[in-house]
Amino acid sequence: MFFSMPANTLPAIERSPGYWLTVWRRFLRDPVAVTAGLVILALILMAVFANFIAPHDPYQGMALRRLRPPGTPNFFLGTDELGRDMLSRLIHGGRISLFMGVTPVFLALFFGAAIGIVAGYAGGWTNTLLMRTIDVFFAFPSVLLAIAISGAMGAGIVNGVIALTLVFIPPIARVAESVTTGVRARDFVEAARASGANALTIIRKHVLGNVLGPIFVYSMSLIAVSMILASGLSFLGLGVKPPEPDWGLMLNTLRTAIYTQPLLCALPGVMIFITSISFNLLTDGLRSAMDIKA
Amino acid sequence: MSAATEHARPLLQVEALAKHFPIKSGLFGRARNFVYAVDGVSFDVFDGETLGIVGESGCGKSTTARLLMQLIAPTGGTIRFDGKVVGTPELPLKEFRRQVQMVFQDSYASLNPRLTVEESIGFGPTVHGVSEREANERARSLLDRVGLDPVRFAGRFTHELSGGQRQRVNIARALALQPRILILDEAVSALDKSVEAQVLNLLLDLKDEFRLTYLFISHDLEVVRFMASRVLVMYLGQVAELGPTEALYTGSRHPYTTALLGSMLSMDPDRRTEAAPIAGDPPNPIDPPAGCRFHTRCPRAEPVCGQAVPALAGDAAGHAVSCLMYMHGSGHSAAAKVAA
Repeated sequence: MFFSMPANTLPAIERSPGYWLTVWRRFLRDPVAVTAGLVILALILMAVFANFIAPHDPYQGMALRRLRPPGTPNFFLGTDELGRDMLSRLIHGGRISLFMGVTPVFLALFFGAAIGIVAGYAGGWTNTLLMRTIDVFFAFPSVLLAIAISGAMGAGIVNGVIALTLVFIPPIARVAESVTTGVRARDFVEAARASGANALTIIRKHVLGNVLGPIFVYSMSLIAVSMILASGLSFLGLGVKPPEPDWGLMLNTLRTAIYTQPLLCALPGVMIFITSISFNLLTDGLRSAMDIKA
Repeated sequence: MSAATEHARPLLQVEALAKHFPIKSGLFGRARNFVYAVDGVSFDVFDGETLGIVGESGCGKSTTARLLMQLIAPTGGTIRFDGKVVGTPELPLKEFRRQVQMVFQDSYASLNPRLTVEESIGFGPTVHGVSEREANERARSLLDRVGLDPVRFAGRFTHELSGGQRQRVNIARALALQPRILILDEAVSALDKSVEAQVLNLLLDLKDEFRLTYLFISHDLEVVRFMASRVLVMYLGQVAELGPTEALYTGSRHPYTTALLGSMLSMDPDRRTEAAPIAGDPPNPIDPPAGCRFHTRCPRAEPVCGQAVPALAGDAAGHAVSCLMYMHGSGHSAAAKVAA
């Protein structure tokens, strides 16, 4: 043994708050970001407990009470074109809309980050091969790509998720690659290589901690885009199928009533707007909280 | 101390080490040209000595360090450690890296900002199979050795430390693998003069305590004279002169070494800088001059220097120089007096 340390337990040391704890404290000092976070939390809770919150059955319509305006007794936000309770449908619609916003982004985060980190760390030919392939997908506008993929695979939630995941992998991979390339060039990675560690260990211990933050923040900003794209797919009849309550699909089916009940038609759009702006504000808050100069 | 005569076998033998960086251009990145960063460098490092490596910016000092650590793949040449060729089944890279460690110039960039000091130091040992607990123990023990109170510093992050403290952590990190050779690449150059002196003294203490061998790379000639037992002078990727420190500082042979030493400032007002400093910048390593690489700036250059390539040749005391003036029958007017 190099040195002797008699004690069986290591003596207590003073610990500095870690990076993520510091980020969390800074985040809490940002009222806008915290509010946005609480709104998102409320939306998630609303979606999860939709069965208990919704006053009516979202599928149960009645021809006698079609297209009632908001404020109708017993139907607080009115009824849709088939006489179904709008409030209940909006609450239930959050399930699919949030699911379609978050799932593709997290799937794409996993694959995109993996591709980008490998490309950025390996460099050379591996990088060229992976990133040029990614660039091919980049050549198409995201909306067109999503429509093309889900159009080819057919309508449905699963196909919609797959299509959106494929749309988001390239931009996330690109961000991951550029962040990793930057970290790769730093001396502490050289020092880790000099200690004899293999690439996997270095990525796990030295690269991930420095790149996941920025990649995650970027991915968060895509959640709003994903929701809007998913709504767009549903609107076009490529995502969720009726009678499933989904904010995008609801916009589509209600659009014929836009001259008779404009307020009613706007409601699903308002929900999409609130959710996506909350995600954007939360992302901005996270980004500035993580931007610690040190 | 003349290490060359005291020790039979060198700990590290470097032979014809070369690194030519390709300059890529065009669609398929075909190399059109090369930067001859290190071009045929050979030297030995003896157990227990401190070999100083000096030279101007861009002369290949740091590239040599990175080549020795195998952080970049050499274009040519072999490195032997304890007689075994590095990177062969005789001595796998991972095993070699435990024996040779490096301290970088930039104390901040060389520490992971997301890891505590303890984790940074303990990382190396865990790579080589030491348990995390034991690695932490070792880290704290080393912190104590480099003059940082473990209780106060083990749980800190790099941005909370000063430059001197960070470099102490880097030294502890390098020592955590219990290496036999430490490469110090401009390790104290970025520090304040007072802190630099403390760290240099720390390095001298650690060298005795752990029986280390140092490769001390610096552009600071005074510091190298203080630290090194032998000095290697590099110019444009090649060895210009190599010899025991005092012999080289008081009786330099290569005109480049003489000019380099002439640029040193003296504390004594009676010993002013007398020799003319070398003019201009070093030539471009993409297209190094033919013949002796220094002949374009050499005050004693003769036509033959642009044609003949000098070889590194030494005397019995281990003082070697790569200059036509010291090569018998080279054609240089000064070489006439040299014995065969």
